Amino acid sequence: MIKNRLFYSVVWFLSILTLAVLLMIIGYIMYRGLTQISWEFLSEKPALMGKKGGIFPVIIGTLYVTGVALVIAAPIGIAAAVYFVEYSKEGRLVRIIRTFTEVLAGIPSIIIGLFGFAFFVVFLGFGWSVLSGGLSVSLMILPILIRSTEEALKTVPLSYREGSLSLGASKWETTYKIVLPCCKNGILTGLILSIGRVVGETAVIMLTVGGALKVPMSLFDSTRTMALHMYILAAEGISQERAFATAALLVLIILVINGLANIISARIGGAHGK
Amino acid sequence: MGNNSNAAMRPETQFEIRDLDLFYDKFQALHHVDMDILKNRVTALIGPSGCGKSTFIRTLNRMNDLIPIVKITGSVKFDGTDIFGRDCDVIALRKKVGMVFQKPNPFPKTVYENIVYGPRIHGEKNKRKLDELVEMSLKQVALWDEVKDRLHKPALGLSGGQQQRLCIARCLAVEPEVILMDEPTSALDPVATLKIEELMSSLRERYTIVIVTHNMQQAGRISDFTSFFLNGEVIETDHTDAIFSNPSNSKTEEYITGRFG
Amino acid sequence: MKASISEKRGRRSIRETAIERILFLAGITATISVALITIFIFGSGIPALLDSGFVNFLVGTNWSPANGSYGTLPLTAGTMAVTLTALVLGIPTGIACAVFLSEILHRKAARVFKFAIELLAGIPSVVYGFFGLIVVVPAVRTYILPLVRLWDPDAHTTGLSILSGAIILAVMILPTIVSLSENAISSVPAEYREASLALGANKRQTITGVLIPAARSGILASIILGMGRAIGETMAILLITGNVAVLPKSLLDPVATLTGTIAMEMSYASASHQQALFAVGIILFIIIMLLNAVAQGVSKRMGVNQ
Repeated sequence: MIKNRLFYSVVWFLSILTLAVLLMIIGYIMYRGLTQISWEFLSEKPALMGKKGGIFPVIIGTLYVTGVALVIAAPIGIAAAVYFVEYSKEGRLVRIIRTFTEVLAGIPSIIIGLFGFAFFVVFLGFGWSVLSGGLSVSLMILPILIRSTEEALKTVPLSYREGSLSLGASKWETTYKIVLPCCKNGILTGLILSIGRVVGETAVIMLTVGGALKVPMSLFDSTRTMALHMYILAAEGISQERAFATAALLVLIILVINGLANIISARIGGAHGK
Repeated sequence: MGNNSNAAMRPETQFEIRDLDLFYDKFQALHHVDMDILKNRVTALIGPSGCGKSTFIRTLNRMNDLIPIVKITGSVKFDGTDIFGRDCDVIALRKKVGMVFQKPNPFPKTVYENIVYGPRIHGEKNKRKLDELVEMSLKQVALWDEVKDRLHKPALGLSGGQQQRLCIARCLAVEPEVILMDEPTSALDPVATLKIEELMSSLRERYTIVIVTHNMQQAGRISDFTSFFLNGEVIETDHTDAIFSNPSNSKTEEYITGRFG
Repeated sequence: MKASISEKRGRRSIRETAIERILFLAGITATISVALITIFIFGSGIPALLDSGFVNFLVGTNWSPANGSYGTLPLTAGTMAVTLTALVLGIPTGIACAVFLSEILHRKAARVFKFAIELLAGIPSVVYGFFGLIVVVPAVRTYILPLVRLWDPDAHTTGLSILSGAIILAVMILPTIVSLSENAISSVPAEYREASLALGANKRQTITGVLIPAARSGILASIILGMGRAIGETMAILLITGNVAVLPKSLLDPVATLTGTIAMEMSYASASHQQALFAVGIILFIIIMLLNAVAQGVSKRMGVNQ
């Protein structure tokens, strides 16, 4: 059957091609970048706008922005998921709220960036700063955190809740002491994926954190994240080597993050076997 | 619980149920249920599956609150207080009316943590007191010897029968007055079932027990009173001996003798 | 002592109510954010729309902020050209991968392949852009251009082009298309599959004749979401498409996109220019919202069908 042959060849070819492209991108970036990474690169200040020296302030800036975003988004995201799964009753209001949560997930990062600029940077007067950036990025990871927590909450058997309530525990006690501890792994996966999202984000950072090449001393300082630094190095032709090194670092982080998330979610599968 | 002494002479009413209707959305699951459940007695609820007995027992500790589409009319009085009334604290109610479920549902915690969960929720912080409670509750359900060396191992590692006894112990640790049991042995093998039944006879002295069972021999063996449910109605309630030897309703007789259900 | 169940409402129930309120607030945070985003994007952009005139702004072909001329047609055209080309490359590849994943690979191999697709989704867009700039752009210039010259001797390109952007975008939207299509295909009821095989159809005929048609709503939704992702993508495009706000004539021409223009020009824009960029944001926002709504509608229909 020539048709069968053709069909399977096309499917195999395109799938292998996809895999090859992935390997090529990762391989090429690693090949060109890893050799540039050294202790000095990680620990030293940049010189000549990043043409020489290391990326230490940029690493700190990345950690800072990521930290702020998680501190803001994690409690809200987890609480929102708890509200949706444990507390809300089916109704119009809840349906609308959930729809808008989906909508937020679909808004492109450049729009979030524009908003962050108009609202946090200008309107609230936070300026180009870690705070503005953290707040803006937290909007992007909020839906991720809500969704992963919701998924985890849904896997907790109803019988645990019944058991707890039947002992005279209140709803919150049941949620906090019985249900949420069962969701540790799911929530952790959400946090890890969120970190990946923040670390890789550029457009929002560009419009809200500014791009100062220095270690931020306070929430109101401008700084850079690795992704933005890499963009500037590449776009302004400052240093291809440094850009490759930073890209390799980013890809490495993403590899670790995806690996971790995968391992943890594989463990979730076996958690509620009974 | 100072009322145990006179309980033998003149049983008081623990639950007084009057004209109880329950709807799942538009489907009526319970019709005009009237029943008195007596203190320190074992009451068995029997009937074919889907007859509303589980729905009924879950009404007594307001477990049906979890299901948003449930609507209830009529009254259920616990010690004289309407449990659907405005001034009823559902948490206090559930503290006094414990429940054991069809499938053992220990929390994914250690044996010890399972038992102390209830007491801690209700404010007990004293470590020694908690330790004592654990030992006492586990002894009451005859589980102590089996698990005393693995108190701090996951409860999910126990066998099904052990898990169910742990759940009963967990319930006892809160010191309830009533224990509701919703087919507590249906997921267990005969040996484990026998153990639970023995356990129930030892508990009957001190607690009011309401048990849903699909097993008529079980009802006969363990209960003082039996109530027969059919299609959401209570057909009759009487002393267990009377129900099994001389039912007054022909439907009860048909069910007892195995003609349907 | 006859402790009643009607006592102690007090502190505990106040705490419960307070907690429920707090959780509700968390629940509506996303909704409030969307509202704020809408207000601030529209609020900041509408003045520019009014200034230029709504029609002029949408269909004007001259985008030159220096002269105060804001016609966004070249940007919209640029976005659409890159997106549609990316879809042409990405849809067949995505569906092929989805079929490969759900129907051909064994479970273990499928897990590895899935992980690879997730990785593809995880790579930051700026890295894609950089890779495109270093690898794809020169490749288009040195390998594609000579091919095109075979029938159009006048063709020329720097490599910064619709095609380069589309190649990278196609890779970037693959994860969206693959994972959602794979879901749709594997949730086709087993009876369909069995019925088809029982009629003597072979596996290939079952896939193309039964599974893909049955999963078409899900696949369509995945394509629409992938399209949304492509239209909203910024950093990759910014580095590869050349950012020339002129209506393109061929796939080898450079273009500026809606997103790229915002990102490029925001840093140095004057006040009125900034407003115009927010107005570009409005267009983008509306397009994305429409696409998301359509995707939602389509996948809802899928729910009804099954």
